[in-house]
Amino acid sequence: MSIKYQNLQGNHACALGAIAAGCRFFAGYPITPSSEIAERMSLELPKHEGVFIQMEDEIASMGAILGASMGGVKAMTATSGPGFSLKQENIGYAAGAEIPCVIANVMRGGPSTGMPTRPAQSDLMQARWGSHGGHPLIVITPGSVREIFDETVRAFQLSEKIRTPVIVLYDEVLGHLVETLPLSGAAHKITERKWADESPETFMPYAETTDLIPPMPRPGDGYRTHTTGLTHAEDGFPTQNPETVVKAMKRMLDKFELHQSEIESYETVCCEDAEVLVMTVGISARAAKHAVKTARQEGIKAGLFRPITLWPFPEKAFKKIISKVKTVVVPEMNTGQLSLEMERLCPKKTKIKSINRIDGEAIAPKEILSLLQSVAKK
Amino acid sequence: MSNNLSKEFNIRDYLREDLMPHFLCPGCGHGIALRALLQAVHELEISKDQLAIVSGIGCSGRVGAYIDANTFHVTHGRPLAFATGLALARPDLEVVVITGDGDSLAIGGNHLIHACRRNLKMTCMMLNNEVYGMTGGQASPTTSQTRYTTTSPKGSIEPVFDACKLAEAAGAGFVGREVTLQMPSLKNLLKKCLQYDGFSFLEVISDCTEIFGRKNQLGTSPEMILNQKSSMRPDSYGNIVDEPFRPNFMKTGVLALNERPEYSATYRQHVARQLKSKEKK
Repeated sequence: MSIKYQNLQGNHACALGAIAAGCRFFAGYPITPSSEIAERMSLELPKHEGVFIQMEDEIASMGAILGASMGGVKAMTATSGPGFSLKQENIGYAAGAEIPCVIANVMRGGPSTGMPTRPAQSDLMQARWGSHGGHPLIVITPGSVREIFDETVRAFQLSEKIRTPVIVLYDEVLGHLVETLPLSGAAHKITERKWADESPETFMPYAETTDLIPPMPRPGDGYRTHTTGLTHAEDGFPTQNPETVVKAMKRMLDKFELHQSEIESYETVCCEDAEVLVMTVGISARAAKHAVKTARQEGIKAGLFRPITLWPFPEKAFKKIISKVKTVVVPEMNTGQLSLEMERLCPKKTKIKSINRIDGEAIAPKEILSLLQSVAKK
Repeated sequence: MSNNLSKEFNIRDYLREDLMPHFLCPGCGHGIALRALLQAVHELEISKDQLAIVSGIGCSGRVGAYIDANTFHVTHGRPLAFATGLALARPDLEVVVITGDGDSLAIGGNHLIHACRRNLKMTCMMLNNEVYGMTGGQASPTTSQTRYTTTSPKGSIEPVFDACKLAEAAGAGFVGREVTLQMPSLKNLLKKCLQYDGFSFLEVISDCTEIFGRKNQLGTSPEMILNQKSSMRPDSYGNIVDEPFRPNFMKTGVLALNERPEYSATYRQHVARQLKSKEKK
């Protein structure tokens, strides 16, 4: 049997991954360099009896997908820097009210309007901490067109299962990169949300279940529950009782810890005996992989640790590797965000070397290689 | 799904009584609007299970939680955005947005004009009390000129938004306005809104007695609500007003009624046509 191939752009892969995952609602607003996701969704969703709507602004797009998701339909939106900032309030609502949703953020140069058509990796921290109030969420950083497809599917699976917003975060280079992929006929696993099926009389929409993920009531099924962005008790209604607040917040935070093994995803290259370790994500990790392989050919004990799920950070896996490493090299297209995380996680004896680009250009393999070579010489 | 409704309207059938006492101030008009809405829902035999209330932030936003239905209390100014997603994804639900003058004319103004333009089936009830009551009485886009608020300590100098003119100009198919004193008319207007196949906008003039009234020495709660009557045409009391009765001030009744294509139906027909033409190919 011959395998068919297709040329696919990163942003289109994101749209097709969403469709494969069962996404049937997209609300968006035009913004460079993510618009191709909305454009592709406007073509694909009607074929699957889904809804595509271009909203009046970024905030409305985020609100609309939450409305659709609360109605029981898998929903996503896509944006870039300025739009991502505007969506933050409603991303916080999704985290607090535990509404599944997927947000793609195709990163461009900043701050502010910045460089709309140039790549950057400067939203790594905003993706984690962008909304006010301490809130948990998941951020996935794919590194190729194929991975954008697969990880968008996984984003929906995690979002529906864990009842959380999931951010799919990649830069303009990956968004517009065209790669050849095998056309897979395999059906993707569509995660069905855990729906409430108990008696409406006793149902508590935010009850502390054993998996810490309460089933969601579907409007129309007779539950008639209340959903709010106010801090709420197990019955869904607002509370400011300190003990109830702590209990509710603790469950919300603990659910990520409990399901960490499913959330966690990372790639390691030559890490077993690595003395110099490159730690980065997305397109920079792609350059790093090339640099590490070349360095190995030159006899340098280099390795690569690439979080695919960036947040929560795969801490345990990283700490196992880092104990033998002398130097960590952190290439990133920002002024130093991942290097902050390295300062937090690495032992004091570990040297941290940054490669930062903020000029709207991707980091080339040779830049990383030359740093690996100079580290090895010392 | 049956709700075991008694034939006579009993507000208790529609309230979450365990949340009582409610938190509205004595004399607040929002409770009257709530009752009018629930009675309209009852008379149209809309199932509570199918009723979805989406509200924003402010005193108006908190009203929704008292309704025994699917209630969504969302972010400030965004209930129309959330409701758009909900109504498009679930056309089987009866979606009602409860919002305020600050929620829908200031922070959420963009969503209001585009909801009017789009004409997706839902009812938007805007409770206009001329003030940000929840945050302590700051000026809103509908605060009358010269009125005192905590952010206009020497009297407001800003021009006032006419929400109904705005909604009509933006394309809303159904636009109405009523005062809380006119409870039977308010209920009937809400019934018309719920029955309208498209986006219906109803402005309810609802007094903020405790904060706005007190600050501006507008009298006691009964005096304030009776003042609503002073500029009314006598024969309009208790009836649906087809013609505006405050020709020189605020018009009430049905202010605009146009048959326009409903967005959800239009979208689904558009998709069906695409699928059909694909089959032919």
